[in-house]
Amino acid sequence: MSEILTKAAARNIFYGGTAFFFIVFVGLVAHSVSTVNDMEKSNPVTPSVAAGKLVWEKHACIDCHTIMGEGAYFAPELGNVWVRYNGREDAAAARDGLKNWIKSQPSGVEGRRQMPHFEISEQELDDLVDFFKWTSEVNTQNWPPKVSG
Amino acid sequence: MKYDSQKVALYYFAGALVLFVAQILFGLVIGTIVVLPNTLSELLPFNIARMIHTNALIVWLLMGFFGASYYLIPEEAETELYSTRLAIVQFWLFLIGAAAAVVGYLFHIHEGREFLEQPLWIKLAIVVVALMFLFNITMTVLKGRKTAITNILLLGLWGIAVFFLFSLYNPANLIMDKIFWWWVVHLWVEGVWELVMASILAFLMIKLTGVDREVVEKWLYVIIGLALFSGILGTGHHYYWIGTPGYWQWIGSVFSTLEVAPFFAMVVFTFMMVWKGGRAHPNKAALLWSLGCSVFAFFGAGVWGFLHTLAPVNYITHGTQITAAHGHLAFYGAYVMINIAIMTYAMPNILKREPYNQLLNMWGFWITSSGVTFMTFALTFAGVVQSHLQRVLGMGFMEVQEQLSLFYWMRLGAGLATFIGVVLIVWSLVVPGKAKQVGRVAAQPAE
Repeated sequence: MSEILTKAAARNIFYGGTAFFFIVFVGLVAHSVSTVNDMEKSNPVTPSVAAGKLVWEKHACIDCHTIMGEGAYFAPELGNVWVRYNGREDAAAARDGLKNWIKSQPSGVEGRRQMPHFEISEQELDDLVDFFKWTSEVNTQNWPPKVSG
Repeated sequence: MKYDSQKVALYYFAGALVLFVAQILFGLVIGTIVVLPNTLSELLPFNIARMIHTNALIVWLLMGFFGASYYLIPEEAETELYSTRLAIVQFWLFLIGAAAAVVGYLFHIHEGREFLEQPLWIKLAIVVVALMFLFNITMTVLKGRKTAITNILLLGLWGIAVFFLFSLYNPANLIMDKIFWWWVVHLWVEGVWELVMASILAFLMIKLTGVDREVVEKWLYVIIGLALFSGILGTGHHYYWIGTPGYWQWIGSVFSTLEVAPFFAMVVFTFMMVWKGGRAHPNKAALLWSLGCSVFAFFGAGVWGFLHTLAPVNYITHGTQITAAHGHLAFYGAYVMINIAIMTYAMPNILKREPYNQLLNMWGFWITSSGVTFMTFALTFAGVVQSHLQRVLGMGFMEVQEQLSLFYWMRLGAGLATFIGVVLIVWSLVVPGKAKQVGRVAAQPAE
């Protein structure tokens, strides 16, 4: 290697290449961001969706659950929970089902993973469900493969 | 050790080791909650214990990087540190900040994005600490000798600070949130952290093998070139299923496959340097950790990363225990081991313990490495079963989890072994070795 590649050449390739790939990356991310902005036109982030995301963060839901596959793998995927609760066919029942589930925790069932009890107002619960509904509408390239998440 | 100010590294190594033990203890707690779900369920819920487990890991690795920098930069730059006092103030600020964050977590004071759960004021304190650190080491390098190792190390550390700024950006749109969340997470561990790792490894190779600096530094540029050329666009493997365009499946698959290359190059590099150098350095344990680091990083980050990085495979495995398996072995191989390698090299020098508890340290290496390896296999098998049942057959999440309990018990056992190994490592670094070893090693070169 010593004859073919000098240290100075290796250094120049490193800095030049890194700059090149970073610029390409930034360009692609900028394009992706513009597609996300387009998508928002048909699936707008309403104030209640934004508030629901804050409820999601306030209770660190992601440190048990996953959303779009990212999180702690300890509890079910929630990116498509709206679909799993049949929200596309019967929105009112799905909303009640999700809210009641959260309110009934912890189950206290021996040997079953426990979801903590959270102090969440009715308004916050509705916001959270709106956030789940919004997330389920995102084009995730058909992920997850099954409705089970 | 040639410069008095290098001693300040000891603060950071000690702080890092304390947090290392805490990280493993909380790992044992959540490993136990997984198999005995009613454990502590009211007092310490899984999510809280889990954020302490992951945050403690990140903070102690960073603390180790800081310590490594304070140790190796004066030696590379051939000058005393710009300010030892600033380094000590920075240490206490960082440690108190980390402790405040952990106590806050226990009282459910946190934000809610994975790994970035620190409250805003802690995040800002981290930025202040980082600036103090960067100022200190940059000034040191500017007044001293500039080597490839210090250049790359500085570039990596500045990159860590710059990309951390994206943690302050939290848009209401979840997709935007995720896109830029990865600018912290991925561009850290599959980007700039690799620069820090490679430069520490290069420093250790120069010291331990005696190979000419020119050769080592050329390798260093090649390795980090491979790391960033593949790793920057490799971010694409996180943009498959989060609402971003489909072209990322191609970009992510191709470039993240290439992410194996820098890790393979590190294996070739370390073994070739040792073989070429032929120096019988007395600190055998430091050499073991250095070689182990490149090998385990290759398997954990490289092979286990490739295992689930191709888009059609990731479609099935994304967010299963496969990801957890990869995460554990990759962090251990790349970043835990490089930290323990530099500590094993530097701490006996700082403490003036030429003979130290090397044998115990090497036992620590083998037991910890075996524990993490077994854990990785257990989680990999769990992930394969989970992927099939949940993603192919469509069984429900909780139902599938019940099928995995045997693997989770094995993981907990492996975690216990890991903990024992970690105790041995910490003991060997902190407690002086037996005096009778003195005569045997005293004749060897000191560095």
